[in-house]
Amino acid sequence: MTVGDIKNILKARVICGEQYMEREVHTGCGSDMMSDVLAFVKDQCALLTGLCNLQVIRTAEMMDVVCIIFVRGKKPDEAMIELANEREIPLLCTGHRMFSACGLLYDHGLRGGASY
Amino acid sequence: MNEAIKLTYHISGDDFTRAGEASSDVKKKLKTMGVNPVAVRKVAISMYEGEINMVIHANGGVIDVILTPTEITMVLKDHGPGIADVDLAMQAGYSTAPDKVRALGFGAGMGLPNMKKYSDSMKIETAVNVGTTVTMVVKL
Repeated sequence: MTVGDIKNILKARVICGEQYMEREVHTGCGSDMMSDVLAFVKDQCALLTGLCNLQVIRTAEMMDVVCIIFVRGKKPDEAMIELANEREIPLLCTGHRMFSACGLLYDHGLRGGASY
Repeated sequence: MNEAIKLTYHISGDDFTRAGEASSDVKKKLKTMGVNPVAVRKVAISMYEGEINMVIHANGGVIDVILTPTEITMVLKDHGPGIADVDLAMQAGYSTAPDKVRALGFGAGMGLPNMKKYSDSMKIETAVNVGTTVTMVVKL
């Protein structure tokens, strides 16, 4: 699936990176703990999180994450958007809670991927 | 890249929002140099966890990154509280980080285990009330 597909499935709003909607996503990862995200490298991963600070963008950068989806209506601040733009990481916001957001993507074929 | 290249970063201990800037810079430089992407990611993740640890636990420190044609060595040195029980600290899930750190997405007790996992070798030298030096090597 593509970042654009995720946007449609989760009825998400694109905060930045509208030009990257065609990028392919192969796996998904949902967590509010960044160390848990860092523990398992995944291929072409979409990161779903309810955490909203600069370290989410940094974590995504280190992991080569394809896009970040903020759940529960969390909104990234200006500094986060600026860093995401710099690192070419699209940011999306959805009103869905974590469980539902992950479930919807799973239902559409996205999987967790193998562990490192 | 025939000769060793050394990069040095001074990590500020009082600003969590800036934690990760050094790792980000290293990642960018390695990519530009054409280092293979798997090694770049291993260096980026292990150094990032170490950098976060420095900010959370040790009020900052100094990171040296040494590149040779065969390996990348990261030396993270701090003058923090030291680690009383290294075996315990290495256990996944064990953390002494305060709740405010957990609220920021870290302090899950995965930092040191992740650093070991993504580096090809890791050495911890530590003394309570003196500081900690972590040396990690990623082979190219």
